[in-house]
Amino acid sequence: MTSLPQNASTKKLGLVIDLDICVGCHACAVNCKEWNSGGHSAPMTDWNAYSGEQTTNGDDDGAWGVWFNRVHAFEAGSGEDARTIYFPRSCLHCEEPACVTVCPTGASYKRAEDGIVLVNADICIGCKLCSWACAYGAREYDQTDGVMKKCTLCVDRIYNENLEEVDRVPACVSTCPATARHFGDLGDPNSEVSKLVESRGGYQLMPELDYKPVNRYLPPRPRRKGIGDTGGAAALEPAKTNDNDQAADGLGNKLLAWVDAALSR
Amino acid sequence: MHPASSVILFTTSSGAGYALLVLLAIFSALGWLPNDRALGLVGLGSALGLITVGLLSSTFHLGHPERAWRALSQWRSSWLSREGVLAVLTYLPAGLFAIGWVVVGDNGGIWALAGLVAAALALATVYCTGMIYASLKTVPAWHNPLTVPGYLAVALASGGLWFTAIAALLGAARVEYAALTIMLVGLAALIKSRYWNAIENLPPKTDIAAATGLSDIGPVRLLDGPTTSETYIMREMGYKVARRHVMKLRRIAIVAGFGLPALALLIVMVRETPDGASLALSLAAAVAGSIGIIAERWLFFAEAKHISTLYFGTESV
Repeated sequence: MTSLPQNASTKKLGLVIDLDICVGCHACAVNCKEWNSGGHSAPMTDWNAYSGEQTTNGDDDGAWGVWFNRVHAFEAGSGEDARTIYFPRSCLHCEEPACVTVCPTGASYKRAEDGIVLVNADICIGCKLCSWACAYGAREYDQTDGVMKKCTLCVDRIYNENLEEVDRVPACVSTCPATARHFGDLGDPNSEVSKLVESRGGYQLMPELDYKPVNRYLPPRPRRKGIGDTGGAAALEPAKTNDNDQAADGLGNKLLAWVDAALSR
Repeated sequence: MHPASSVILFTTSSGAGYALLVLLAIFSALGWLPNDRALGLVGLGSALGLITVGLLSSTFHLGHPERAWRALSQWRSSWLSREGVLAVLTYLPAGLFAIGWVVVGDNGGIWALAGLVAAALALATVYCTGMIYASLKTVPAWHNPLTVPGYLAVALASGGLWFTAIAALLGAARVEYAALTIMLVGLAALIKSRYWNAIENLPPKTDIAAATGLSDIGPVRLLDGPTTSETYIMREMGYKVARRHVMKLRRIAIVAGFGLPALALLIVMVRETPDGASLALSLAAAVAGSIGIIAERWLFFAEAKHISTLYFGTESV
């Protein structure tokens, strides 16, 4: 059913991504690919995987494939205030996902119980219209399987009782070495992720489009440029000088000069 | 947007077929068309043939064409599903109309009524085709009040051109047909030129700073994309067409799609003699019109920019 759930629970599972500390290592994207190659939407097909070609336009050129998570590098600001910001991009599990309502088959759906947006690969006809309806470029078509694929929020991990409780988070979250990714219920104002969004001014991407993305991004903190911004002293103490030492050095130098002159005769 | 040939063929071919069906039904109901079986066979055969070729071609770009029937299920929310349902429903009254005209040899009365029902469903199908595109907020050029009128008017113009050619071919030509078709072609030209004007002057809907939410820091630009070769999004949404090609194709669409057919039919009207020369002019008008409309449809896709390309370096959409 591609109509949105009428009696949806207040639960809105999603991610909070901290753009202040993401180091752009792509580990989230790689671990996403690794887990999902055996998960709900497996396989994550690659084409020309060993091609060194970087040419584009056409299915036969270059290595490419299905990924649910992509890390972009942007520069914001100009001149000496410019800064590099790594920007991981994946499905935002919108509350009003147009990718779901445009689906003609009912393959694309939003779960009533937790808000996760999924594709039922058994009935998807591969028309790609959902990817046209997504403003965030979150869906990727698998031309070998002939179906659309997307981030599942690791639905096969987060409820998986065969995993240790600590591992029941999306693969991207579990692997992030900088702890730039957080998972939780954004529908619960008292959850850790909601508090994090509250305290750091977390924002939605392109809220004006009214898709109501659940995922939030935490903005980079203001840049610390002054010496005092890091918590240290605002300025160094002036260096101490010792007049007696200098006098002694002066005497030593004169002695050395006399020895040098005497020996050079 | 990537201009997929299957979708271009589908929208142009089925658009012409549905409009041809509409005109055959309306002129039968008005009693203007003779109940000549050959005319029914060629006319409705062409209409249903164009529709069927279009629908089949639309399934060619599916990953799973054998599951296409599933697209009939989500008419409550999806314009694509509504289009599919109406496309299938149209066959029923259109089939009855064809049986009446070709088998029974009657295109009036109850059979004409079936034809009018088919015509209404056909127009509704083309409306849904337009709405598939017009409803996408992610493609600002399409999310435009002129998209649906453009689809309807271009379909009616191409249907009119083929209707006039078929009527001339089977000796059922009337000066009114050429006159009406010139008006339909003029309407399509007017709406398309307003559409092109509108997308030309469209203020940017959003930009890279809004897409990333980083505008507080300063101007935003892409340093590195996520991959060395193009992703699915770039291949599907990131189609770029050079400005000079756009202008050339618009000229082809205007001259071949609208200008030449209108001129040819004007000559047919002035000559008033339904001879071989008029037939040749009517056929030439239909062929030129179809070529121009394919160019128009290619541009419709190729010129449209998708919001998700902002993440890949497009500065504003």
